Amino acid sequence: MNPPELKYTSEHEWVRVDGEEAVVGITEFAQDQLGDVVYVELPSVGTRIEQNKQFGVVESVKTASDLYSPLTGVVTAVNDTLVDEPQSVNDEPYGEGWMIRVRPDNLSELEALLSAEQYADLTGD
Amino acid sequence: MAFIPLTDDERSAMLRQIGVACVDDLFSDIPADFRFPTLEIEPSISELEVLRKMSGLAERNRHVRQQPTFIGAGAYDHFIPSIVNHVVARNELYTAYTPYQAEASQGTLQFMFEFQSLISDLLEMDVANSSVYDGASGLAEAVLMALRITGRDRVILAASVYPEYRQVVETYLEGRDLHVVSPAPRLEGGRIVEPSVLDLVDANTACIVVQQPSVFGDILDLTEVQKRAEEVGALFIVVTGDPVSLGLLKTPGHWGADIAVGEGQGMGVHLQYGGPWVGYMACKQKHLRQLPGRIVGQTTDDQGRRGFVLTLQAREQHIRREKATSNICTSQTLLSIAVTAYLAAMGPSGLRAAARLSHARAAEAAERVGALPGYKVLTPAPFFNEFVVAGPRAARETQTALLEHDILAGYSLDALGKEFEHCLLLCATEVNTSEQISQLTSALSVIGGAR
Repeated sequence: MNPPELKYTSEHEWVRVDGEEAVVGITEFAQDQLGDVVYVELPSVGTRIEQNKQFGVVESVKTASDLYSPLTGVVTAVNDTLVDEPQSVNDEPYGEGWMIRVRPDNLSELEALLSAEQYADLTGD
Repeated sequence: MAFIPLTDDERSAMLRQIGVACVDDLFSDIPADFRFPTLEIEPSISELEVLRKMSGLAERNRHVRQQPTFIGAGAYDHFIPSIVNHVVARNELYTAYTPYQAEASQGTLQFMFEFQSLISDLLEMDVANSSVYDGASGLAEAVLMALRITGRDRVILAASVYPEYRQVVETYLEGRDLHVVSPAPRLEGGRIVEPSVLDLVDANTACIVVQQPSVFGDILDLTEVQKRAEEVGALFIVVTGDPVSLGLLKTPGHWGADIAVGEGQGMGVHLQYGGPWVGYMACKQKHLRQLPGRIVGQTTDDQGRRGFVLTLQAREQHIRREKATSNICTSQTLLSIAVTAYLAAMGPSGLRAAARLSHARAAEAAERVGALPGYKVLTPAPFFNEFVVAGPRAARETQTALLEHDILAGYSLDALGKEFEHCLLLCATEVNTSEQISQLTSALSVIGGAR
């Protein structure tokens, strides 16, 4: 269920390398645990974010959770459609529900992340 | 609710379950000597004797209806229509305890919702929460909110803000790596100077806080400050002095406030020795998710009926624990009900009338006090219902002397610095009569001449 080409964090974010940039979102498991997402708070373009550090907050009807960055780098784009359609995170966590694009400092940081298989073990799928 | 005590059987069953023989065994870790300290208290007395004793103690207090009172400075003696006390004392509402979601009745929630609606209307702001502890902690929460929203580290508190409020903000921020800039007012050539905050603002500024009417009672043009805040992306926070002034003056919303806070006591809550009171807090729609505290929303239930519910709670303490937007997990529900009843009873025209009367009484008092030899009114701008008077004696001496004339008057501004020690802040509201003002001026005249 978790796309095999992506890398994952133990905090339930995914990252997809796309040329010189990387796209970040939260996993199917995360959206399912959160329930209906009502709000996503994201950094502005140009913000520096760090691997394993908080970069935003996702809020559902029952809780609010911090978002942790899978990589260190600079935010190059933010998914503004989530402001009006936060439910995209539930509907398509790996597609329309993406959150930010990052220009990573160092792609070798990917090595510290989980494969789809390792992530599936973590979530008990 | 009925109180149903434990039976001996139930108690034994519980003790058996946890494996102890008797209740005393639960305290075995505490040395026997410390378990029941001897309390040296007098033997009990009868109800009649208690009443007599307590009445005797109560009679030693002075209260505002026993003598003319001219103190403001954040605490306002406005008239409270008796309907307010009637509503607050209803047994469906009368509790000091703020009910949690599961316990809050639809009636209580509706009151909280109405409070929010009235506060939003009064301040001309988009949204309000259902109250905070008091005006000072409300301001501190507003500053924290601005720090969260902007991610910056500089806070500017204008000289117009009550010194006590500034102190509370500084206490809240203590231990964090922040810059709090709080320019002190000065007294120059017999004139009060409130230093401009415009030059202090920079790109790291999270917020500019101003108070209207100011601590000196004056009414300021806030246009430039708002513009400057907007230019640098700082939030503009407006604290209201006496809330009844909102019946007459331009509102925080009108001035473009991002966050508006203040003390609600003047609107239906008795002075009650300085607390408990009730703070209010409102903001622009776009900052709603960072607004702390309880927010009640209107909704429909599964049968389509109108209902009320606590909403936007996912970021609060009972869910997010240490990551919550604030440590407020409650509200001043009972007192917010008093404010709601007051505003409903007064209506826009009633509030305007109370504001006009307050201003008229204060204007009369200022004119008459200012005409006394040795006294000078220093408030630099148009004022609402408070003004500063510099007198021949230190303000604290004047206060004490006025007490001997059975007048509770003024707030000494010496907390602002030694140069202000002769400055007394006087307040008049609709409860002060012209006769009371005459008493005040005669007393001040005697006190001034006794030198």
